[in-house]
Amino acid sequence: MVKKIDAAGLHYTPLNRQVREAVAAGEDEIVIEHVLGQRFIADGLVGEVTLVVNGVPGGDIGMFMRGPTVVVHGNADHAPGNTMEAGRLVIHGSAGDAVAHSMRGGMVFVRDDIGYRGGIHMKAYNARHPYLVVGGEARAFLGEYMAGGTILLLRRGSKEPFAERGLASGIHGGEIFVRGEVDDGCLAVGAVKKSFGDEERAGIRPLIEEYCRHFGCDAAPLLADDYTRIGPASARPFAGKYTWE
Amino acid sequence: MVLGSVPVKYRVTIDRDRCMECGRCIENCPYGTFRWEGDKITAVSRNCTACHRCIAMCPRDAIGLEERPVDYRSHPVWTVEAREAIFNQARTGRVILAGMGNAQPLPSIFDRLLLDACQVTNPSIDPLREPMELRTYIGKKPKRLEFSRTGAGDVELETKLTPNLMLETPIMIGHMSYGAISLNAQLALARAVHKTGTFMGTGEGGMHPNLYPYQDRLIVQVASGRFGVGIDYLERGAAIEIKIGQGAKPGIGGHLPGEKVCADVSCTRMIPLGSDAISPAPHHDIYSIEDLAQLVRSLKEATEWKKPVFVKIAAVHNAAAIAAGIARSGADAVVVDGFRGGTGAAPKVFRDHVGIPIEAAVSAVDAKLRDQGVRNEISVIASGGIRNSADVTKAIALGADAIYIGTAALVAMGCRVCGNCYRGLCPWGIATQRPDLVARLDPEKEAVHVANLIEAWTLEVSELMGAAGINAIESLRGNRDRLRGYMLDEGMLEVLDVLPAGA
Repeated sequence: MVKKIDAAGLHYTPLNRQVREAVAAGEDEIVIEHVLGQRFIADGLVGEVTLVVNGVPGGDIGMFMRGPTVVVHGNADHAPGNTMEAGRLVIHGSAGDAVAHSMRGGMVFVRDDIGYRGGIHMKAYNARHPYLVVGGEARAFLGEYMAGGTILLLRRGSKEPFAERGLASGIHGGEIFVRGEVDDGCLAVGAVKKSFGDEERAGIRPLIEEYCRHFGCDAAPLLADDYTRIGPASARPFAGKYTWE
Repeated sequence: MVLGSVPVKYRVTIDRDRCMECGRCIENCPYGTFRWEGDKITAVSRNCTACHRCIAMCPRDAIGLEERPVDYRSHPVWTVEAREAIFNQARTGRVILAGMGNAQPLPSIFDRLLLDACQVTNPSIDPLREPMELRTYIGKKPKRLEFSRTGAGDVELETKLTPNLMLETPIMIGHMSYGAISLNAQLALARAVHKTGTFMGTGEGGMHPNLYPYQDRLIVQVASGRFGVGIDYLERGAAIEIKIGQGAKPGIGGHLPGEKVCADVSCTRMIPLGSDAISPAPHHDIYSIEDLAQLVRSLKEATEWKKPVFVKIAAVHNAAAIAAGIARSGADAVVVDGFRGGTGAAPKVFRDHVGIPIEAAVSAVDAKLRDQGVRNEISVIASGGIRNSADVTKAIALGADAIYIGTAALVAMGCRVCGNCYRGLCPWGIATQRPDLVARLDPEKEAVHVANLIEAWTLEVSELMGAAGINAIESLRGNRDRLRGYMLDEGMLEVLDVLPAGA
């Protein structure tokens, strides 16, 4: 059954309360109409439910979320998927800065572009592995301090090498795949290029296919293209920085 | 420079007349200071950290310890510490890492503040006879209360109150994470706060399942690494603290070295085994006071506005203005951590040179919040180098609602402030994850010691209040008339808003 919530003129707290009540009542799909800048949608939400957000949500959508699928028909503001534990966030548009900040599980798909610091400090643990898939461009400091997980940057429509600075600075876990070439000058301290072979190609295949399923595009050319794989030079980037008193 | 070119820091001696060669010193020293040579125990003084474990365990009091047994040519500028730091960095080219709090011999402001007592004109209060109110509520207080009268004539409170923490004493235990300290140490602290009706912080290390029984007394922490943070963790805490900064190392993040990330620590922090746990310097979703307000509200929204949210900052030059911004972010308490605050590991240059004293910071924060008419909006918690009940009383008189202790609680469990926490070999089972060392700390026994300390200090605070003719902690808070400055300069007296002794 589909539960509809009209968010017109509604503050985020009563909106989230309605969402929580609907989830508690056993609804498996909730459609929120007329969303306009409400922050924290699905903040800390737990459960197996699908939220369809029609409009433009404010910051931190899906923060601390564990389980739900949130589909945004519109752009998202900053930090969607912030410290998210599990679930899916699918954004039909672009998103702001710090997308998937400190995310530790689940998947975030952004159809178009993201801002600065995407995937910053993402981390994996045991079965928890966060994925960030971006269809368009990302700005500087992508994957900074990354401690685990996977970032896939498809750069659809771009032919020039990726040239945003501070890429993966301080990375000590996880992997970043960028379609096409990456300018060496972008790689920040601790980040190195690694080989991209059949195994890696097979690894990102499901991500590309799911991206194309969500946004209705042809997977074949994206699957055929080459990617630059970036990872940490060490899991202990600061091991050699200190001496004892 | 060759090995041995720098003199030993400590000289360990064994009194042969007293030693019975039982070997307990060898078993107890994880730094390898003692060893068998034939049938005799000898000491390798160079390995000693002055942790006193051997001295505490020697059944014959046979071990002697002397600090700096080798003199350098004395010099007022080129101190031994200055010279030895240069030797170290010339050899390694690295940042010097140090433990515990600021080790500079700077004068303490607390020691230059004197408390008041009643004589003749107003009688002092005997806490044994009169009730003393030390119960403290942490959180927002309404500016005014609205009431309505029901038809039956009852009075009902109309004002909606926000959740507060109720403390039976204004003394809390600050945030020391699992990872920085051992699980047994955390368990002892948790039992102690349970027993004394106060609260402790989990630090940025998640919450181990063994602490769940004490969760209603735990303040969970959200710091820049977001280690262990998830919705369950947030729901478990009695309150949530956002850590922006720490007095021991303002402006920088933290690196828990991979060696300390054992299986259990890896589990509570939710990071891979043996990986460095790196907390970046800033929260990367907070680049402004507006962003801070957003994080405060996201935490409240995630926990359905049921929990107070604290924001902890290091005491820095403009702490008062920052606290005023925090008061407007929706936070319920601001924690100000002074430059003497302890740490498991910090670059020595930060520990010893960055930040300001808690006495000046808490006074400035309290004054600024009062000036702006928002003091009721937020509680003030002072921390960083609180050593005794007099420091507690003075901090409250300078404007704090409550205080956090850290090092003092560890000392209650055996810590000798040797300052080698970052090496992960703490012989007292506190700052270590090595199972045999952790097992040395009995959580039951040490909980009693920590609770004793909190109870003793609470008793002393009530005695000090009674002597000053004050019977409620509210009347002490920000009551600078009960303080006088001794040997403090005019500028400092002005910052503290305290009169000089005799005035």
